[in-house]
Amino acid sequence: MEALIPVPVLLPLLAAGIKLAIGARLRHLQGVISIFALAVNLVVSAVLLAQVDQHGPMVARIGGWETPIGISLVADRLSALMLVTSSAVTLCVMVYSVVSAYDRQEDVAPMAIFHPAFLVMLAGVANAFLTGDLFNLFVAFEMLLSGSYVLLTFGGTQSRIRAGATYTVMALMSSMLFLIALAIVYAATGTLSIAQLAVRFADLTPQVKLLVELFLLLAFAIKAAIFPVSGWLPDSYPTAPAPATAVFAGLLTKVGVYAIFRLEALLFPGGPVGTLLLWAALATLLLGVLGAVAQTDIKRMLSFTLVSHVGYMVMGVGLATVAGLAGAVFYAVHHMTVQTSLFLVAGLIERRSGTTSVNRLGGLMRKAPLLSVLFFVPAMNLSGIPPMSGFLGKLALIQAGLEVGGALPIALVAAALVTSLLTLYAVAKVWGKAFWREPQGEGESRADAGEEQMERSAANTPGLYGPVTALVMLGLAYTVLAGPLSSLTERAADELLARQPYITAVLGSG
Amino acid sequence: MTISLVPLAVCGLLVAAGMTLLLERSLARVLAGVILLGNGVNLLILTTGGDAGDPPLLGRAEPDQMADPLPQAMVLTAIVITLGVTAFLLSMVHRAWQLRGSDEVSDDTEDRWVRLRARRGQLGERVRARQAEYDRLVAEQRAELHAELRDEPTRGERMAHRRADRRRLKARQREARKQMRRAIRAERERQALALDPELEGDE
Repeated sequence: MEALIPVPVLLPLLAAGIKLAIGARLRHLQGVISIFALAVNLVVSAVLLAQVDQHGPMVARIGGWETPIGISLVADRLSALMLVTSSAVTLCVMVYSVVSAYDRQEDVAPMAIFHPAFLVMLAGVANAFLTGDLFNLFVAFEMLLSGSYVLLTFGGTQSRIRAGATYTVMALMSSMLFLIALAIVYAATGTLSIAQLAVRFADLTPQVKLLVELFLLLAFAIKAAIFPVSGWLPDSYPTAPAPATAVFAGLLTKVGVYAIFRLEALLFPGGPVGTLLLWAALATLLLGVLGAVAQTDIKRMLSFTLVSHVGYMVMGVGLATVAGLAGAVFYAVHHMTVQTSLFLVAGLIERRSGTTSVNRLGGLMRKAPLLSVLFFVPAMNLSGIPPMSGFLGKLALIQAGLEVGGALPIALVAAALVTSLLTLYAVAKVWGKAFWREPQGEGESRADAGEEQMERSAANTPGLYGPVTALVMLGLAYTVLAGPLSSLTERAADELLARQPYITAVLGSG
Repeated sequence: MTISLVPLAVCGLLVAAGMTLLLERSLARVLAGVILLGNGVNLLILTTGGDAGDPPLLGRAEPDQMADPLPQAMVLTAIVITLGVTAFLLSMVHRAWQLRGSDEVSDDTEDRWVRLRARRGQLGERVRARQAEYDRLVAEQRAELHAELRDEPTRGERMAHRRADRRRLKARQREARKQMRRAIRAERERQALALDPELEGDE
C-alpha cells in the first residue's frame, strides 16, 4: 500500500512528459492521457484515504533511506482528504479544458503547452499535500508555481503579462522568505524532516521558535492570500484562462492553507501566534468581502470572495481546537469545490456572452436557463444558504468559535456572519443584473458579434456543461454526505492535533 | 563551529540590493533583483552548513571532518529553480517589450479606477469653475453697459444708444454663451473619455 503514496505526484509528471514528447501530433490522445492520469489519481487517492482512515498515517520512504536522512512522503487523514478533493475537482476542470479546446479549434501550439503545465502544477499540489519534508515542500511549491506562471500568462497577451508580473514577483517573494526560513530552521535544528522538527522545536528558545514560525507563516500566508498579503490575488487571477483560474482558485490558495494547518497544528502547537491568526482572519473576512461587493466584473467579484473565504479556514486554525480545525478542513473541502465551479461557470458566461461584466450582461435567465441554475446553486452554496455545505461549514466554525468564547473569537463569529451575508449580497447583485434583468440594449456590431458567438457556442458547448454540472453536484453531495464527511474531518483534526500518530508513523516508535 | 561574519554581511547586502530592485517598476530591474535576492538567500543556506570541511561521501575523510552535504544539495536545487524562474521572467520581459515597447509594469485595475475617479472629480471641478467665471463675466459686462447707459445725455440719443447697446450686449452675451457651451462640451467629452466604465481595455 505504501507504494501508492507517490503515485499522485508521479503520474501527472509522467503524463506531462509523455505529452511533451508526443507534442501536437496526436491531439485526441493528449486529452485521453490527461483525463486518464487524473482519473487514476482520483482512484488512488480514494484508496489512500480509505487505508489511512482505517490504519493511521502511512509513510513512503523515497529511495529506501531512513527518514531523517531521506525524504519521506506521508499520507494521513488530512492530506489524503485534501488529495481526494483536489483530484476530483481537477478531473472536472481537466475534462472542461479538453472539451473547450476541441470546441474552439484553438491553435495547436498553445494547447501543447497548456496540458503539461497544468499537470506539472497538479503534481506540485499533490506533492505539497503529501510531503514529509520542509525542503521538499519548497520544491513542491516551486513545481506548482512554475506550472501556474505558464498558465497565468498563457498566450502572452498584454493584460496577462501585466497580471503575470504581479503574480510572479509575489510568488518569488514568498519563495525567498520560505528559503530564508529553511536556512534558519536548518541552522537551528539540523534537520528538515517535519516529524523530526516537531520533536526538536520543543528544545528551541522561544525567540528562535517565534522567528521561524513567523517566517514560515508569512511565506504560507502569501500563498494562501491572507489579509495583509492578499492584494496580489484579485488582480492577477481574473485575466487567466477560465480552467486555469478555476483550478488556481480551488487549489493553490488551499495549498497555502494546508501548509498553515500543518505548521500550526504539528510544528508549533499552542504558540502565541494563534491570536495573530485570529486577527488576520477577521481582517481577511471583512476586507475581502467588502472588495467583492464593490466589483462589477464576475471574475473579480469571485476573486475577492475567494480571498474573503480563506478567512474562514484561518479562523478555524486560529481557534486551535479540534472543532475549529475540523470546521476549517470541512470548509476547505467545500470551498475548493464550490469556488472552482463558480469560476468555471464564469468561464461559460464569458464564452456565451463575450464578457463577464455585469454592466453589459443581462437576461441570461431566459437566454440560458441551464447556465443560470449552474451559477445559482454554487453561488447560494458559497454564501451559506441552508442546507448546503457552505452553511454546514460556517455553522461548524461558528459553533467552534462560540465554544472557545472570549472577545476576539466572538468578534470573529460576528464577522463570519456578516461576511456570509455580504457574500450573499454580492452574488445576489450579480444574479439580479446578469441573470434577472432584461437583456441590455447593445450596439449593433456588438449585438451581431454576440449573436454569432451565441450561435457558435450553442452548437458546441453541451460538452462543457457536463463537467461543470458534475462539480456543482459534487458541491451538493457534501450536504448528503455531511455526516460521514464531518466525522472524517473531525478524526483528521483529532489526528492532526494529537501529533503523536504522525510523528510515530514517520520516525518509528523509538 | 565558528561563525564568520563576512558571508552573512555579503548575504545581507545582496538581499537588501535585491529587495530594492524588486520594488522597481521596470521588469528588467525586477529580474536583476530576483537574481541578487536568490544569490543572497543561497549564500545564507550555504553558511548554515557550518565550517568548511573535506568532501563528503567519497570516503576520503573522517565523518567529523566532512563538510555538511545537505545545505549544498539544497542550494543546488534552489539554484536550478532560480535559473528556471529567471528564464521565465526574462521571456516575460521580452514579451512585455514586444507588446508595449517598454517593460514597465502598468498600474493594476484598482489603481486605475482610483486615478480615473480622481480625474473625473478634477474635471467636474474645472467645469464648475469655468461656469462660475462666465457668470461673473456676463454680470460684469452687464454692469458696465448699465453704467454707460446711465451716462448718456439727451433722450433721443439715449434711446438710439440704448437700442444699439442692447443689441451689442445681446450679441456679446450670445457669443459668451456659445463659448461657454463649447468649453463645457469639450470638458464633458474629456470627462467621458476618462470615464471608461468597463476599464477592460488597456490604456
